[in-house]
Amino acid sequence: MSALTYMFGYTGRVTLNSLYAVARVCVLVQDTAYWAVVQPLRGKGLRLRSAVEHFVEFGFNSLPIVGLICFLIGGIMSMQAVYLLKAFGATQYVANLVGVIAVRELAPLMTAILLTGRSGSAIAAEIGTMKVSEEIDALEVMGLNPTKHLVVPKFIAMVTAIPCLTILGALIMIFGGFAVTVWVVGVEPNVYINNTINAIKIRDFATGFSKSVFFGIVICLVGVYRGFQVEGGAEGVGKMTTSSVVTSIFLIIFVDLIFTYIFFF
Amino acid sequence: MPEENGPIIEVKDLVVKYGDRTVLDNINFHVNRGETFVILGGSGCGKSTLLKNLVGLMRPHSGHILINGQDITEMTDVERVEVRKKLGMCFQASALFNSMSIGDNVALPLREHTKLEESTIDIMTKIKLELVGLGGFENYLPAELSGGMKKRAGLARAMAMDPEVIFYDEPSAGLDPIVAAGLDALIRKMQSTFNLTSIVVTHEMASVKLIADRVLMLLAGKVVGYGKLEEIEGSEHPFVKQFFDRRPDDESDNRDDYIKSLTGQDDD
Repeated sequence: MSALTYMFGYTGRVTLNSLYAVARVCVLVQDTAYWAVVQPLRGKGLRLRSAVEHFVEFGFNSLPIVGLICFLIGGIMSMQAVYLLKAFGATQYVANLVGVIAVRELAPLMTAILLTGRSGSAIAAEIGTMKVSEEIDALEVMGLNPTKHLVVPKFIAMVTAIPCLTILGALIMIFGGFAVTVWVVGVEPNVYINNTINAIKIRDFATGFSKSVFFGIVICLVGVYRGFQVEGGAEGVGKMTTSSVVTSIFLIIFVDLIFTYIFFF
Repeated sequence: MPEENGPIIEVKDLVVKYGDRTVLDNINFHVNRGETFVILGGSGCGKSTLLKNLVGLMRPHSGHILINGQDITEMTDVERVEVRKKLGMCFQASALFNSMSIGDNVALPLREHTKLEESTIDIMTKIKLELVGLGGFENYLPAELSGGMKKRAGLARAMAMDPEVIFYDEPSAGLDPIVAAGLDALIRKMQSTFNLTSIVVTHEMASVKLIADRVLMLLAGKVVGYGKLEEIEGSEHPFVKQFFDRRPDDESDNRDDYIKSLTGQDDD
């Protein structure tokens, strides 16, 4: 009987906690949309300077690592493709494979995962530290809305920076494939370039671009949500920062699955 | 402090709970305009929770908090923002925004709540910093200041909007006696110069004796002393006497039983 009570109690608690978390996320999404879209339309200014500063941090400063990783993955992908296609004498089609996969899938995904580690964790740590040091309370006592001041500039910066990085990442990934296929395998450069141009359609760019915007929304909101969840001190900040990275990566891959399904059919 | 100034804050039948645990139990008191009111008590007695309720950072389980006659417990969040513009708060750890300079910290509420020219805001920021003895520090970052200077900068920020009431959460915590005494003198100076109402949460007896007009003493979420400092000092309540005499717990082996015996709480 006590085991049954425990089981029902545990299930009930987990269910209630999950529903509470969903409700909190909904409130955060609503608040963010309100302060990012509705209030500016009513003439209440956005904190554009802060958004630009965050854009530089999330976008421009992430470019070296995103570029390097995308270049390397482009090279790796082309080598794997050559291994498979040379059996059919079709090494010139490596360009098609690398181009389409880079634009549709790997550039958005790798950019999102890198930004999760670099910027999503930073968002969670920053807001968590501000919560621990009562800076969030200070904002509220001053009559300033934390969503407007802390969340919206990061949100705008993230959803604008990540598509830009994704496009650059895709181009660099294609160049990585080009470098290996042309200089190592020996495919003609103009053949590679022509095949790439012919293979990639506008629809592929639309897929990669649109999913990257959603990845940005996930990274920012998860970081913010975990940051606001911080309790205690430095240990709490560490836990929630880790949690934000794990949750973001899971949700990014889940969102990717949904997008791939939608664009596949 | 003259009573005829009338209350600026009234707390009626306030009950605050964390889950099933009652943290503040039926609290009643008022704060007169222009006085320095000290909320005193041991660690974990509910002082900071009471302060968070007074500034509207928490909503109580039941009861009323009236600021200038307006019940903030029944206000929407938007209505509370208007009330908060007349309040200032100095946090225990200063809570300065680390990414901003001291000047920007002080200027922030002015930039957000007023339509003043930037040059006017600069002048006002300098005046507030001069007031707390931090003239010339406007371009420093919080990390470049000592603990006492951070508390002063926090006070300058709290003063930015010329509030009617300032709340201090453990203002002298973590400071050496000389710096703490300087801060106590500053609290007094603010009160006498601007007729500011100050509500100070502390357990530092030396500070209490320097700044308090009236005192509210809490034990395990209940009021065990309320009145002028000399009345509280003369109280016969065993906890109040123990607190003022700075004696350790030696009356009982079990602190929980001891607190229950003092507050009259029964076992549930």
